[in-house]
Amino acid sequence: MSAEPNVRTLTINGEEISARSDQTILEAAREHNIAIPTLCHLEGLSEVGACRLCLVEVKGARRLLPACVTQVAEGMEVTTHNAKIDRYRTMILELFFAERNHVCSVCVANGNCELQSLSLQLGMTHVEIPYQYPQLPVDASHPRFTVDHNRCVLCTRCVRVCAEIEGANTWGVMGRGGQSLVITDLKQPWGDSETCTSCGKCVQVCPTGALFEKGRAGSKVRKHPEFLPYLRIMREGEQP
Amino acid sequence: MSRTIVIDPVTRLEGHGKITLQLDDAGVVQDATFHVTQLRGFEKFCEGRPFYEMPNITARICGICPVSHLVASSKACDAILAVKIPTVAKNLRQIMNLAQLIQSHALSFFYLSSPDLLLGMDAPAEERSILHIAHSHPSIGADGVALRQFGQRIIELLAGRRIHPGWTVPGGVNEPLSGEKRDQLLGMIPAAVAAIQRTLTWFKESIEKFAAEIEVFANFPTLFMGLIDDRGLAEYYDGNLRVIDSEGNIIAGELDPAHYASFIGEAVEPFTYMKFPYYKPLGYPGGTYRVGPLARLNLAGRCDTPRADEEWRGFRAISPRPVLSSFHYHHARLIEMLHAAEKIESLLADRAILDKHVRATASVNNLEGVGVAEAPRGTLIHHYKVDENGLIKWANLVIATGHNNAAMNRGILQTARHYVQGEHIAEGMLNRVEAVVRTFDPCLSCSTHAMGRMPLTIELRAPDGSLVREVRRG
Repeated sequence: MSAEPNVRTLTINGEEISARSDQTILEAAREHNIAIPTLCHLEGLSEVGACRLCLVEVKGARRLLPACVTQVAEGMEVTTHNAKIDRYRTMILELFFAERNHVCSVCVANGNCELQSLSLQLGMTHVEIPYQYPQLPVDASHPRFTVDHNRCVLCTRCVRVCAEIEGANTWGVMGRGGQSLVITDLKQPWGDSETCTSCGKCVQVCPTGALFEKGRAGSKVRKHPEFLPYLRIMREGEQP
Repeated sequence: MSRTIVIDPVTRLEGHGKITLQLDDAGVVQDATFHVTQLRGFEKFCEGRPFYEMPNITARICGICPVSHLVASSKACDAILAVKIPTVAKNLRQIMNLAQLIQSHALSFFYLSSPDLLLGMDAPAEERSILHIAHSHPSIGADGVALRQFGQRIIELLAGRRIHPGWTVPGGVNEPLSGEKRDQLLGMIPAAVAAIQRTLTWFKESIEKFAAEIEVFANFPTLFMGLIDDRGLAEYYDGNLRVIDSEGNIIAGELDPAHYASFIGEAVEPFTYMKFPYYKPLGYPGGTYRVGPLARLNLAGRCDTPRADEEWRGFRAISPRPVLSSFHYHHARLIEMLHAAEKIESLLADRAILDKHVRATASVNNLEGVGVAEAPRGTLIHHYKVDENGLIKWANLVIATGHNNAAMNRGILQTARHYVQGEHIAEGMLNRVEAVVRTFDPCLSCSTHAMGRMPLTIELRAPDGSLVREVRRG
């Protein structure tokens, strides 16, 4: 059995690497310890390319491409970091902050937030885009969990984990663009949802403080999304 | 010619403020007003937030006394949960509240007021700062820094950080105290007590120099209000509110703080963002009262720790009736620091302080909650209403500095009438007008729940309202 036809050779930041033909640029890069920032991506869930933080430059492509949903190709020349890419990424982070009301100091996820860590990591020191200050609701009707749309970045991890892992399909997205909201069932209060199993997976995978356990004020809340790949492997009967 | 003096900004205060002095044709002060020129709107933007976020959000009102807000807010949230929190949690919160009192009083006394007390009210303006004190009176400067550090360090050891710690939560506190930290805390107390006693000694020796100021620094009859425990002794965390008159008669002995709205009204004046709370049965401005260190020592039976009680007796000997001059706030502040240090020691000495069960859990059981505690500057009230899911529908915060607003305005007028006269106005005269405000240690950013830099301004205005002179510092 030969794997030859499935192997692709490409360069990332000038380094020559090989990858399987069904792999994305992100998977290939991470396998070779090349860092690409991500937010909506979570190992164990399908890819949606929603956050655009993993944008990379591919020689010959007219625009930057999201590494999480772009498959490798033979002879591809990928650049993961340069001035333009870094500028785009910090601008994307600024857009996240400007779009909703992210107040780290009083957030339940302060210190354990992926949006916050990415901002530190990528050196986003200022938000130059005017803040939108939208008036967004908090739904605290569920007995254990709360959703605060002010802190949601619309990564849809909650929607995907609910559909792909729990199989409950409670979460969905309504509206378009900046007006989009993640909703439970047909926009019923979360506490009234008939499909929610209260498993809490959505809370664990949420990268910010948008979904959290009730009463966890203070800054001591760590989430544990790392259970996902194992769950998936167990379910699909794959070998680790 | 009549004119107006504006002091803007008033310096060495917490927050922004401005003073306007109205002079008549003869150059005599006719009116004085204290303007707090900032607005923040915490009560409004908290609407819609889950109630258990309130301690953390309202702590951001102030970087000096976040702990006071944490405590009052957590107590209001306890009321919403309808739980009685574990005794150890209550005692731990008390320790933090007392530590906060010490660090804040040290800031007020040493950093803001000691230049006036040590160098005199007429010292050159550029010398009137804690940095100059560090050179001119190094050991006093060092005591001030050490005492503030003492309070902050206790907060840090208990709660993990000095400013805006997230440790106090609805139902109790987040983490128990370890034996190791308890020992560390106990070890710090003797040096702090010694520093406070040294300060009391020099302060009491120098007090005669200020006989003239004592006479006119908000020296008039008002009511006094503060918390007392069930024995009628000074209390900072729990208990009932007592109101006394200027003769020392108890006119309300045990008011339930949860019903504050039935006996405290809030008047509004057009010249300032700070409200004017008053004792309702006597109306406004007749029901003007003072809170804070002076009020607490005037109305309590005593302090309840040996060294502080001895000082308290000396303090009360100043006058057969309650001590009326606001200049004595400084003295009261030092005695309270001593009391707080001793009380922290006795709370830590009890082994039960290491109990591990530090938090009661519950969901929303009351749709309304009031939390009251004594902040360094006086009685602090947080009052929330929530929906059945615990989201804030309405919030009202009555801040310690606000209670003193009417007395501060009258005090400025009294001091200005005495010191500010005629054509030539010396800098030291205006400094006294500011110094009377400093005795109250107002926290303007808290009182308006406002934000900004520190400064204050004095305005001198003609009868027609035109500005004659403005003194601006910052």
